[in-house]
Amino acid sequence: MLIASAIAVIFARNPVHSVLWLILAFFNGAGLFLLAGAEFIAMVLVIVYVGAVAVLFLFIVMMLNIDFATLRSGFTRHLPFGIIIALVLLAELVLAISAWQAGPAISPSRPVDMPQQNIVAIGELLYSRYLLPFLIASIILLVAMVGAIVLTHRGRSDRRPQDVSKQVRRRPDEAVRMTSPGTGEGVKL
Amino acid sequence: MITLTHYLTVAAILFVLGVLGIFLNRRNVILMLMAIELILLAVNINLVAFSAFLGDLAGQVMAMFVLTVAAAEAAIGLAILVIFFRRRGSIAVDDVNRMRG
Repeated sequence: MLIASAIAVIFARNPVHSVLWLILAFFNGAGLFLLAGAEFIAMVLVIVYVGAVAVLFLFIVMMLNIDFATLRSGFTRHLPFGIIIALVLLAELVLAISAWQAGPAISPSRPVDMPQQNIVAIGELLYSRYLLPFLIASIILLVAMVGAIVLTHRGRSDRRPQDVSKQVRRRPDEAVRMTSPGTGEGVKL
Repeated sequence: MITLTHYLTVAAILFVLGVLGIFLNRRNVILMLMAIELILLAVNINLVAFSAFLGDLAGQVMAMFVLTVAAAEAAIGLAILVIFFRRRGSIAVDDVNRMRG
């Protein structure tokens, strides 16, 4: 199921469909994590990917309104080369996995039963042994947020910023004019 | 019964599909970003599978860090894509080499 939806991601003709297949692939990945006993990672995957990243992709795809037909012109041209690369890589990986023997520490047939709940154990590990990587990850997220805002921010065209040097450069003789208007006349500015 | 080898096989196939997606959609940056997300998902499956079958939670913590970096990368990549689209009106990768200075 996961593999079928991943195939659909890269072969879908419409990129909106491609994003939707990506969401399905992430849901299936979360299901696999649940089967492996990693409940917290599964929930985080659903929240972060399906809730944030996939919606971001969908938003961008719909906002940019691109003619995707011309973009796919190189698809068939790259197809044989890409399939050759993929087959070579897949053969290598299959050989590596089939030649690999499980060590004595790994229980080969089923996941190890944890003494604690998954979330409790991850929290205790994350805030004690992995505190520094956790803080670095938070800094990465902050930089990504600020960077995305700075990159896409456009200032308003009708805004009138304060120019300090222009204000300081003003002299009294160019700013003040002495007039003596007569009766019934105005001052021409 | 699902064994570790099944997890590794699924992750390997997913990784290969991500690489294939990058090769096939050479002109479409959005699909390339999605293929990168697929590759990172394959890496996460490997990490979580080994973590579960070894009984060591460090793999799951690392999977969370990979997830963080993937989210940040997607945000920055899409932001760059948006300003590139505003400048040039297309997102074809072939046009990127016109960027000078």
